Amino acid sequence: MSESGFARRDHVLRAAFTSRSFVIGTAITAVFVVAALLSFVWTPYGASVQDIPNKLRPPSALHWLGTDHFGRDTFSMVMVGARTSIAVALIAVGLGVAVGTPLGLAAAARRGGLLDELIMRSNDLVFAFPALLIAILITAVFGPGAVNAIIAIGIFNIPVFARLSRGAALSLWQREFVMAARVSGKGALRISFEHILPNIMNTLIVQATIQFSLGILAEAALAYVGLGTQPPTPSWGKMLADAQTMITLAPHVALVPGLAIVLTVLGVNLMGDGLRDVFDPQLRRSRG
Amino acid sequence: MLPFLLNRLAALLLSLLVASVVIFLVLEVVPGDPASFMLGLNATPESAAALRDALGLDGPPLQRYLNWLFGFFRGDLGISYTYKVPVADLVADRIWLSLPLAIYALTLSTLIAFPVGIIAAARRGSAADVSIMGLTQLGVAVPNFWFAMLLVLLFSVTLRWFSAGGFPGWSDPLLALKALTLPAIALALPQASILARVMRSALLDTLTEDYVRSARAKGLTQRQTLWRHALRNALIPVLTIIGLQFSFLLAGAIIIEQVFFLPGLGRLVFQGITQRDLIVVKSVVMILVFAVIVVTFVVDMTYALVDPRLRRHGG
Amino acid sequence: MRTSLVVLALAGALALSTAATPALAQTRTDVKVGLVLEPPSLDPTAEAAAAVDEVVYANVFEGLTRFAPDGSIVPGLAHSWEISEDGLTYTFHLREGVTFHDGTTMDAEDVKFSLERIGAEGSLNAQKALYAAIASVEAVDPLTVRITLSKPDGNLVYNLAWGDAVIVAPESAAANGTNPIGTGPFTFKQRRPGDSIELARNPNYWGTPAALESATFRYIADPTAALAALQAGDVDTFPNFPAPETVGVFESDPRFRVVVGTTQGETILAMNNGKPPLDNIKVREAIAHAIDRQAVIDGAMFGFGVPIGTFWPPTHPDYVDLTSLSKYDPERSKALLAEAGVSNPKLTLHLPPAPYARRGGEIIAEQLRAVGIDVQVINVEWAQWLSPEVFRPAPCPGAVGEGDKPPAYDGSCPASFSYDLTIVSHTEPNDIGIFARDDYYFNYHSDAFKQVIADLAVTADPAKRSELLKAAQTQLANDFVAGFLFELPKVGVENAKLMGMWENAPTQATDLTAVHWAQ
Repeated sequence: MSESGFARRDHVLRAAFTSRSFVIGTAITAVFVVAALLSFVWTPYGASVQDIPNKLRPPSALHWLGTDHFGRDTFSMVMVGARTSIAVALIAVGLGVAVGTPLGLAAAARRGGLLDELIMRSNDLVFAFPALLIAILITAVFGPGAVNAIIAIGIFNIPVFARLSRGAALSLWQREFVMAARVSGKGALRISFEHILPNIMNTLIVQATIQFSLGILAEAALAYVGLGTQPPTPSWGKMLADAQTMITLAPHVALVPGLAIVLTVLGVNLMGDGLRDVFDPQLRRSRG
Repeated sequence: MLPFLLNRLAALLLSLLVASVVIFLVLEVVPGDPASFMLGLNATPESAAALRDALGLDGPPLQRYLNWLFGFFRGDLGISYTYKVPVADLVADRIWLSLPLAIYALTLSTLIAFPVGIIAAARRGSAADVSIMGLTQLGVAVPNFWFAMLLVLLFSVTLRWFSAGGFPGWSDPLLALKALTLPAIALALPQASILARVMRSALLDTLTEDYVRSARAKGLTQRQTLWRHALRNALIPVLTIIGLQFSFLLAGAIIIEQVFFLPGLGRLVFQGITQRDLIVVKSVVMILVFAVIVVTFVVDMTYALVDPRLRRHGG
Repeated sequence: MRTSLVVLALAGALALSTAATPALAQTRTDVKVGLVLEPPSLDPTAEAAAAVDEVVYANVFEGLTRFAPDGSIVPGLAHSWEISEDGLTYTFHLREGVTFHDGTTMDAEDVKFSLERIGAEGSLNAQKALYAAIASVEAVDPLTVRITLSKPDGNLVYNLAWGDAVIVAPESAAANGTNPIGTGPFTFKQRRPGDSIELARNPNYWGTPAALESATFRYIADPTAALAALQAGDVDTFPNFPAPETVGVFESDPRFRVVVGTTQGETILAMNNGKPPLDNIKVREAIAHAIDRQAVIDGAMFGFGVPIGTFWPPTHPDYVDLTSLSKYDPERSKALLAEAGVSNPKLTLHLPPAPYARRGGEIIAEQLRAVGIDVQVINVEWAQWLSPEVFRPAPCPGAVGEGDKPPAYDGSCPASFSYDLTIVSHTEPNDIGIFARDDYYFNYHSDAFKQVIADLAVTADPAKRSELLKAAQTQLANDFVAGFLFELPKVGVENAKLMGMWENAPTQATDLTAVHWAQ
């Protein structure tokens, strides 16, 4: 395990671009990120503009990915949908990192203490709840919508990052450079943020990509059952739910949003795999 | 070992208790009145009030919580608001769908993942390995409800090999299994992809261990080494994942049950939420949480038995 | 059991290709009916009307009178009746030899019990209000019942045909929710909650026995699954097919028949008439003109549905076509909003889960935005919709209990509603009177309208009734009480060999009495 990942950033980046997974994954992800960003300033049509006489049209020069059951432009909807998916998943992961990591670091710093025990127990508890079921419950109780979807997904990211950072930090506390810092009189808080955090960053980043792709899938599932982002804001899961009965009439309405989800998740996963190979050469052989 | 066991057991009970409080509190604030729902559009407020009274919906929360909790551990889960039958009967009825479905999906997932993972590990770096890893990446990325839609489109609507959903009951086991096949496949695909990847990396990890190297040095071929030593040792992480997947499948089939309109536990909860049959939601979520906590506990115990170092650290 | 299941699973997976449904050679005597909404329990006298009646009305339970397939009222358990001059006394003559499914005889005492039960203390009957005029019920002899009213009620014979007034026995009434015992041509056999309900032929039926030996109602809420279930033969008929968009698939398939009939379901954009800015008639009129009905029908119902301009079914002889009063005219909407001094009003739109509401709502929200009304769509479940969030009045200050407890109705606290707009189909027949109810969610308190409805209740002369009904329709349209959208169609898809299902839905029922299979 390397403790100087922080200093080798340039090197790491260069190495990353020699990883096939990383390059392919980043390219796919970039397409969707660009589409999402572009949708703020431009889409071929307004994503919520209806044209009912022209509903369920197959892809054509006018509508590159066809139209949906209200005659809305599928391409524009996929672009805005990318924005929704990415935003929800990103904030949910951010929530997990922002809350989970400090908890994990604190638990590791006071290992075996009351705080450690409490944090790990409550983590066990959150893990014990069937995630999707609870997310559905939360959005049903507090109302459907993007914000509650983020909270419902984000809650389950907290223990993931808490457990991960605690585990990684525990082994670092035994290392000489941390011992040295303790001897020099630095407090646990300072050591955690100055010495431990930078060294577990790689692990966190790799995990964040995994959680991000899980977040995309979870958001799609919630929107599919009608509890995610609400209309008129397009979201891929909602598009799939709407398309379900149209699949025999106009297959593109069900295929396009489904493929968008698959490609985004695939892209992010590949990117994460590539990053892990680079960060942790030991794992490279057994990439799995 | 005993103190460790007791410690974990205490933690298990505490988790269950806290979980019950959380579930109860969350459901206390659900908007929507079950009584109004049951009476429909033209009901008078008096009818609704009479029904609320009959259902015991009003009363101090603490008392209702304790009633529910003690009833739960006696096996008395109360009477469903909507179906007017004991919740325990509903659960008993539906567990015979959810449990077999989870087992079916897990069996499929294992049957796919084992050979696939082993081939990929045995031929590391080969074209087979690369394409298998690519396919599993795809499998992980496919939302299972979308996959389910595609399965219905292909096998039910176009080919008419399977019905698009529903469950005929176990009176004819073959028909019942047939009805569970598409849902099981939809559930199994992402699980199999994850499991195959775990299998492969666990095998590759053990292949680098000293005893495997020495076996190789003694002149065993790579294939012999794989079968005799590596596979057995790789099973520990793989079985852990299978344990986790089982509890996931039991509770996580909710959307797939929705797509195939299967009367399982997940759908029971989902209907309970939409119809505000909160007594059903409470009890079924509690049972599922119970199942997950117990499975996790068993997995922990197995781990501790295999790896004594963990006993000190508490998992 | 668990291990054997795994073995079974493996065996099953292998045997799947050989497992096929056996073909039936002779004429079938069973039917599998697909329905969308599952009834919570099976007692029509204590439950929300629609889903319960779809199973038990006319099949398991019967009333004194009943709906015929064309919507007219025909004799049921009473073969005839007389009405006194003053309209206050009704005498019903019961059929002879009618027994309940448990073998007990149906007589005047059962009728007295059933009708008195509706208005009794603690009654759970959802339509209590319809029978409020009944003062007393008397069993003159075993086959004669006399009903005395406190005030004339021209609708009594009609209302007695509703599922809420079916005749039950005192011995079995309490358990009807789980084990319904009625007098109908079918007996309840078993139910699998969440999946299906089975009925069997009643061999001791007083009338012509049913042609079918058994009937299974299967619950399939998901439109895709409904489509596939029909195509796979898992159900034989879907009297209310939930996915009008896929009807084309069946029209071109000779194995199926598509039956488009009518219902009593007025689909409306309900407005909270008591809440600013909707208390201003100009704003309501602006909303009415902003709606392109045809686009709503095409987009939400794929062309099925008849436009309406008031709250009355177009199939009724007294219907007045008032659609031109609220024709699509976005410019006029903008002008009216400006006139009302309301610029860019913000309104919420609550949508229950029915596809007509969710899809129709998305379209209407977009149409309202086009004239400058800022609409926020809120999707809710039925249970939420029926709560103070939309349908129930908010609790009065000082009322005991939490959030959604209904207010004390002592007259001291006027009902208040917080929603702005919502979409719903009122499928009860002949229900224009709900606009006269002060506690109803329209929040429309018009003394003139209440007077029309009160007059209607005490008028028996057909010509006068027709006049009053037309006046009521016209007033609702002129006051723009709601956005009147379309009459909900009954789109049924059935096996081409299945005969005798109702074409229209004068009430919500799946009457299987005459259903049979062609050779």
